[in-house]
Amino acid sequence: MPNASEFPRIETGAAEWVEVDVDGQPIQVRAGDSAAAAVLAAGLLPSRSTPVNNSPRAPYCMMGVCFECLLEIDGMENVQGCMTEVRPGMQIRRQQGARHAEPVTHDHEDRQS
Amino acid sequence: MNSDTYDLAIVGAGPAGMAAARTAAAQDLSIVLLDEQPAPGGQIYRSIRRPAPEDRRILGPDYYHGETLVRDLDHARIEYRSGTTVWALDDDHTLCASSPEGSTRIRAKRILLATGAQERPVPFPGWTLPGVMTCGAAQILLKSSGLVPSQPLVLAGSGPLLLLIAAQLHRAGVAIEAVLDTTPAGRYLDALPHLPGALRNLPLLWKGLGLLRELKQAGIKRFTQVSDLRALANKEGLLHQVQFHAKNATHRLPAQSLLVHQGVVPNVQLSRALGLEHRWHELQQCWHPVTNNWGETSREGVFISGDSAGIAGAKAAEQAGNLVALEVARQLNRLSTTQRDEQACPALKDLAKERAIRPFLDALYQPARSFLSPSDETLVCRCEEVSAGELRQMVDEGCRGPNQTKAFCRSGMGPCQGRLCGLTVSQVIAEHRRVPVEEVGYYQIRMPIKPLTLGELADLHE
Ligand SMILES: Cc1cc2nc3c(=O)[nH]c(=O)nc-3n(C[C@H](O)[C@H](O)[C@H](O)COP(=O)(O)OP(=O)(O)OC[C@H]3O[C@@H](n4cnc5c(N)ncnc54)[C@H](O)[C@@H]3O)c2cc1C
Ligand code: FES
Repeated sequence: MPNASEFPRIETGAAEWVEVDVDGQPIQVRAGDSAAAAVLAAGLLPSRSTPVNNSPRAPYCMMGVCFECLLEIDGMENVQGCMTEVRPGMQIRRQQGARHAEPVTHDHEDRQS
Repeated sequence: MNSDTYDLAIVGAGPAGMAAARTAAAQDLSIVLLDEQPAPGGQIYRSIRRPAPEDRRILGPDYYHGETLVRDLDHARIEYRSGTTVWALDDDHTLCASSPEGSTRIRAKRILLATGAQERPVPFPGWTLPGVMTCGAAQILLKSSGLVPSQPLVLAGSGPLLLLIAAQLHRAGVAIEAVLDTTPAGRYLDALPHLPGALRNLPLLWKGLGLLRELKQAGIKRFTQVSDLRALANKEGLLHQVQFHAKNATHRLPAQSLLVHQGVVPNVQLSRALGLEHRWHELQQCWHPVTNNWGETSREGVFISGDSAGIAGAKAAEQAGNLVALEVARQLNRLSTTQRDEQACPALKDLAKERAIRPFLDALYQPARSFLSPSDETLVCRCEEVSAGELRQMVDEGCRGPNQTKAFCRSGMGPCQGRLCGLTVSQVIAEHRRVPVEEVGYYQIRMPIKPLTLGELADLHE
């Protein structure tokens, strides 16, 4: 898929730059950027598809509310990309469909009942 | 694990939490200030220690006001912990929190929840498409990273933040295809009776008009009384057009990004999980926890202030935080009642002024009905992909409230734990049953309020 919708960057103050890997592409980002920001900067949308209907999604709120930014980060699935700061060499993968390991939520008991 | 007992534990380092910390520290209380963001500032002053845009004109002077608040956190009595998410609060005032280093418990004599607001969910057909995000999300990317949305760019919605963020993006050099104002025509009349209160805060009114003028002078196209908003996808499933109705015609605009906004609502996740009393705010169309004048809730020793107690804006949040700190200082015998009352005077005066303009803004910018109780085809629960039509059908089959629909279709059971569907589900059910929203209620929220890994849970048992 072409990188159709890269988020451009305006003139920013001095900062370190960090290289991360998004789905095999090396991407330069500012230190302090979130992993979700790195995916948007790379224009790699959709950033995931849903477990229910495989529908395409992308970060929506960037503040930890919507969980649309779930990514695989350094081998860990279902990590909230907008709440995770980049580290040099971070391996970021877009998620497709259902995951193997679901995070523990308060609702597991409901599901069984 | 940390077993220190602090005088005051504050959740949230936005204006409310930071002001409370500063004022409490001045009374020699020991404070721990926890925030899940990597740096203090909250939503309005996000990244204020290191804003990405080089040009200070882009975010404007109101943003840089946060510099003083953050500087004052540098105090021997304030322990600030970044990247720390609070996910539970026990009966004995012990907080459970996770950070990259692991989970910890933190005990304090008094607790302040200053967890702020989130943007109201804006359901409409196509709102889940990649390319659609909230105005606040775009502002976060601008403040923290200097990233701006891919273009062509359209903004749609209602409220002062929509105009502010459009202006900030314009100042950042971003071309804006159009701003679609969804404020329904009748709202201006609805707001009129509240004008006298608004006139008590002329500078804020003036700022709002200034933003409108700025966008007009920039030549940005603005459609008013927009309805029937719809995001359309290309064959890759990404946003490529925005369709809407205005001036008796249906329009389509090309768009790679669509930013939406319908105001902000209190973040009630923790206060709900604690089982505190909440009331429905008819003008603001959202829930808020019940507190007394000093911010104390029905649970003794637990306080809530700032936008998480009810939307009143950043300046009011700062003053509300000050009031909590003064009352905590009184309860812990640092101030007499008279001293507390004397010191509270300036905060109370400011707070009254900030609150006086709210009914006007709330009436003017109340979202159009279609965003509160959307069309049948619109997805309401993004996680479990449940539409408004399915919810209505469940009501027809006898479901009376959100916890029943949850059991039937899992709405609210996904990872966001109802943050993005809770308001809408209650409203759809209430409207369909023709009863007030209070009667329908809200999801039962349980702790932990964020999904945890097994490792995070295990840490606490070590
Ligand atoms: C995305 C967004 C952008 C906004 N931008 C502006 C703006 O530019 N100008 C303006 O006037 N108003 C803005 N607002 C409105 C804003 O709500 C208030 O003006 C102001 O930020 C409220 O201050 P506060 O202290 O009540 O909460 P906030 O500033 O929201 O601070 C709350 C803090 O609590 C933290 N938090 C929440 N839950 C937890 C938890 N469980 N554990 C740990 N930490 C937690 C958050 O990370 C946040 O830092 C914005 C709101 C949003 C949602
Ligand atoms: S984008 Fe909403 S939680 Fe990350």
